[in-house]
Amino acid sequence: MNAIGVSVPRLEDDRLLRGQGRFHDEIVRPGQLWLRVVRSPVAHARIRGIDVEAAAALPGVVDVITAADLAGMPRIPVRQPSPGIDFTPYLQPALATGFVQYVGDPVAAVLAEDPYLAEDAADLVALDLEELPVSLDARAGATLRPESRPGESALVGTVDFSYGDVDEVFATAPHVVAADLKVGRHSGTPLEPRGLVAEWNARARRMTVWGATKVPYFNRRVTARMLGIAEHQIHMLESDAGGSFGIRGEFYPEDLLVPFLALRTGRPVKWTEDRTEHLIAANHAREQEHRIELAFDERYRLLGLRGEAWLDTGGYIRTHGAVVAALTSALMSGPYRMAACRSRVHIVTTNKTPVGTYRAPGRFQHNFVREHAMDLAADRLGVDPVELRRINLLDGGELPHRRPLHVFGAPMLLDGKDHLEHFDKSREIFGYDTWREEARRAREQGRLVGTGCAVILEKAGLGHDSAVVDVGVTGAIRVAMGGANVGQGVETVMAQIAAEEFDVRTESVTVVLSDTDILADGSGTFASRTTVVGGTAVKLAAEQVLAKARRVAAGLLGTDPDRLVVRDGGLEADGEPGRRVTLGEIAAASFAPPYVRTGEEPGLIGRGTYLADAMTYPYGAHYAQAEVDPGTGAVKLLRYAVSYEIGRAVNPALVHAQLVGGTVQGIGGALFEEFPYDERGMPLATTLGDYLWPRASDLPEIRTEIFEDSPAPGNPLGVRGAGEGGTAGVGAAVANAVRDALRLTGTVGALPLLPDRVMTLMKSQDDDGATT
Amino acid sequence: MKPPPFAYHRPDTAEEAVQLLTEYGPDARVLAGGQSLLPLLNRRLVRPIALVDVARLAALRGTGRQDGALRVGALTTHAALERTADPHVRDGLPVLPETARLIGHLPVRVRGTVGGSLAHADPAAEWCLLAVLLDADLDVLGPEGQRTIPAAEFFTGAHRTALAPGDLLTGVRFPRPAATAAVAEYGPQRGSLPLVAAGAEIVLGPDGRIAATRIALGGVEDRPVRSGTAEQALLGGVPEPRLLDHAARLAAKDLDPRADHRAPAGYRRDLARTLTGRTLAASLARSTARLQEATAP
Amino acid sequence: MTTPIPLELSANGAAHTLAVDPRRSLADVLRRDLGLTGTTVGCETGVCGSCTVLVNGEPVRSCLMLAAQADGTAVETVESLAENDPTSGRLNPLQRSFKENFALQCGFCTPGFLMLGTALLRKEPTADRARITECVAANLCRCTGYAAIVDAVEAATRTGDAFGPEDQEQEGADA
Repeated sequence: MNAIGVSVPRLEDDRLLRGQGRFHDEIVRPGQLWLRVVRSPVAHARIRGIDVEAAAALPGVVDVITAADLAGMPRIPVRQPSPGIDFTPYLQPALATGFVQYVGDPVAAVLAEDPYLAEDAADLVALDLEELPVSLDARAGATLRPESRPGESALVGTVDFSYGDVDEVFATAPHVVAADLKVGRHSGTPLEPRGLVAEWNARARRMTVWGATKVPYFNRRVTARMLGIAEHQIHMLESDAGGSFGIRGEFYPEDLLVPFLALRTGRPVKWTEDRTEHLIAANHAREQEHRIELAFDERYRLLGLRGEAWLDTGGYIRTHGAVVAALTSALMSGPYRMAACRSRVHIVTTNKTPVGTYRAPGRFQHNFVREHAMDLAADRLGVDPVELRRINLLDGGELPHRRPLHVFGAPMLLDGKDHLEHFDKSREIFGYDTWREEARRAREQGRLVGTGCAVILEKAGLGHDSAVVDVGVTGAIRVAMGGANVGQGVETVMAQIAAEEFDVRTESVTVVLSDTDILADGSGTFASRTTVVGGTAVKLAAEQVLAKARRVAAGLLGTDPDRLVVRDGGLEADGEPGRRVTLGEIAAASFAPPYVRTGEEPGLIGRGTYLADAMTYPYGAHYAQAEVDPGTGAVKLLRYAVSYEIGRAVNPALVHAQLVGGTVQGIGGALFEEFPYDERGMPLATTLGDYLWPRASDLPEIRTEIFEDSPAPGNPLGVRGAGEGGTAGVGAAVANAVRDALRLTGTVGALPLLPDRVMTLMKSQDDDGATT
Repeated sequence: MKPPPFAYHRPDTAEEAVQLLTEYGPDARVLAGGQSLLPLLNRRLVRPIALVDVARLAALRGTGRQDGALRVGALTTHAALERTADPHVRDGLPVLPETARLIGHLPVRVRGTVGGSLAHADPAAEWCLLAVLLDADLDVLGPEGQRTIPAAEFFTGAHRTALAPGDLLTGVRFPRPAATAAVAEYGPQRGSLPLVAAGAEIVLGPDGRIAATRIALGGVEDRPVRSGTAEQALLGGVPEPRLLDHAARLAAKDLDPRADHRAPAGYRRDLARTLTGRTLAASLARSTARLQEATAP
Repeated sequence: MTTPIPLELSANGAAHTLAVDPRRSLADVLRRDLGLTGTTVGCETGVCGSCTVLVNGEPVRSCLMLAAQADGTAVETVESLAENDPTSGRLNPLQRSFKENFALQCGFCTPGFLMLGTALLRKEPTADRARITECVAANLCRCTGYAAIVDAVEAATRTGDAFGPEDQEQEGADA
């Protein structure tokens, strides 16, 4: 029973290292056709006509469809409703209907025998579009009523998480510090673009779909409703996925088009997105403009926070609904003691690519905004930024701490042990004081070196998930659960959890993910919830198997079930190693009459469902040391470190891997990545040469420390979720380090800190210096 | 992201290539290493009716001396220059292998060619900058035969050259050694196309003053440009940091920078100043070292 | 569709004679015509490097090479790495090092990094960390943050293993 807590090698690696992965494009079905989506070349227009004749006439083209072929089909729904907001007018149809809302909006779909031909044909689809004025700024455009949505405002709704009498606090506060900050448009952009394969078997009257990920069960329900067939007619099968980061696997227009066309033509259909499509069609994220005010008393104690933000949701509301706004708003107060807080986020449509969740949605933003304002406040109040945080962090005497709010229907209970202790401990481990001293000395030599830190509040693991664990007569253990393999090592971790229960080697456990024929319902992989919720379901299912095994083994061995212990894949009488039966023997016996009962599934099979009735709130701290090149404005990170409270690490190496990888993605958002648009709404980052991920040569060593000081009280494994903490605080820490390096009196203004912006900051600082 | 259809030819001689290019006219493209052309083809940003793959023209590959000049065959890859053992390059024009290393990443450098880069004429491309800096001559085989185009006349705009339909760029000649020339560039990441690149050559006279100098900037305007004012300001001067800084300022001031989504105009000007300063300093260091070597007992 | 052109190449030591549409990329021909699907395609503009294969021993972006340009060349893909058999043979030391160092997550970039690393280790078996980092910077990974990949290649330099045919040393002068 020593599988949990061990950095076992990953079960996924062997096939991936051989080039034997099971990515969606490896699925090749006989007679398979290729889908190519025709996309709007303009940002906002009335569709006057679509001429598909030339495309349909091209040899090798099998079908061309437009919105007219989808008449009567509902629009793509949201996964999570948001009380008080009606998303209906803003939902996206599978093919643009009447109007196009962004460059990349699907307007037609072409099916051909070959991907090259499909692209040739797509080129021949002629669009007659009447261009309309574009809106590209959520804050400025919040009052618009675009003619493409008659009677509707561009403002979809406002999410508001508030407590306490904020205005009263601000009216009497001795100190108020305010900042205006923007976060740029980013996206998870997994390395494997999206893709899907669907095949309709007319004899069995069943649809098989390969390539769904993140939320396959939700997608199956949506597919069934939109196609008008039963859920049980749709079989979703797992595949490997080349990264998700919250982007891949949502129900997009193509997720309907592929099975729809498979049904319509009776032939298997494959869609493989290309990179440029991905960069304009898959969810963007993060673009928000914030106004934040912090109120302090004379002893630097935070009295309250007022925040208002405008979230650019792009041309439609996609499946996440208002999740990003809610997570921005609800966690705005972070890990601080604060009597009153008001945080509003306005969700506004524009004529850009629609947005969704991207690793640490809302938190990358609110941590940046709050933590950068804290550094500004420290300057204004004349207190050290570390000390200002120490004064205000919730400590062990105050935790668990209930915020008078409900998030996604659950009470917001900060369930950590001690935020202040975490901050003190991690600064000590990383030697942050030394970093600061190094930076100070470098500045004395005329270099632009600075340090910054950020304390973050994370959240993980809400909702339910299910698992089936069965053991066959050979003793083979199979775990089926509702997550998806997006690179995080879920197979390994689920196998470890089962191996722990059965006292077997991790690699002997087979894990099946989101196969809808094996497991009837699952929730998916998002929100750092797979281990917390799905892992617990696996544990519960395995416990059920053992309960049955115990009963059968007791019969076989003629002993009391309570005397049996699990050892090495079998059950044996405690203290009598010779009196033992293996799980395979137990399984074989369990199908025989004495052990079969009415109302109970025969064999060794257990089904577990776990409902997390509240989120867990892990926490951590980020530290950066940065140097600015005065001649180019380039920011070079000299040091970076993250500490994170994980509760309990099932596989510590994989937790570190999540933190390092997440941090590097965060560095991308802080320094390199952005989707700019021109004044007509044309996207300017359409290749990975424009949308710049960090490369190996751009990075310092990333140090990570996992703390297991505070096992999550809400689940039996005590785990807290590891996927997003590495990303959540990077914008904040990097911005603070750059601000420190440049000795800015104001804020950095916006992320990412592209070199030309840093150059402008340096100049404005020079100007400030000249006038004071 | 698949290329549109095209006819494909793989001639065995340069004459045959020129004949094919002439027959197809302006809608044919030369395919060398393909590292600039294939991304454009895959994105369907260009739609040639025919590609003439010149890979078999072995004579267009490699470096050699020709009438005191260093000739670099059009099909010489960036990687081949980076790794070259040719002493004429290593000693006479060390800036060539140094610059080759700055281009893209290794897998691009082993395919991409000097000629392909020159003909692609990206305003920020390193070979275009060096050709202008060092007054290179570009050899062209066309329907009417061989001709030479000076670098200053070869680049006519962003991605525009003096090459006419039917023309094949066969090589580039650097007329004289330039052992002290240096290049400095800045792009958002190592290996990305620079936003701005600067090249400079300072030659010190025996008196330690600047006897000759050249400065060129790429990525700022629609083609690489020499900076006459800055060169004039340096000529005859004592190479002190203040003078170099003054020249860098002048070089930046003279420019009419373009703005695009990669960088605003003002930022390009800032970079021009910084990089001119850096490349002048690098060239000066080389020149000083040579002077010391020459005068050493 | 234009006239298919004849193409002869060796892939992982096996000779192939094909007729291909000249516009098809080497990556697509490897994946779809030769069934070598280990080579993944991430951007088709030569930026990400996930499609990196070795052509005559040199790492190239197989999305930026027409299959026609590979006529007469020897191509090596990730399927050539494991000993004896791609699906069941023992992983080679570089592959093992990736596993031991947790140098992959989603695994989509992994074949490209393995081939990039193979080319480096053949030419510079004792490359230091800075050199390895420079080499690794050629390709993109969205999951790992790269440090583990650099660790894995660095660890492989210490195994003392040769990473392929000695006769692969050819100057990349062809284009």
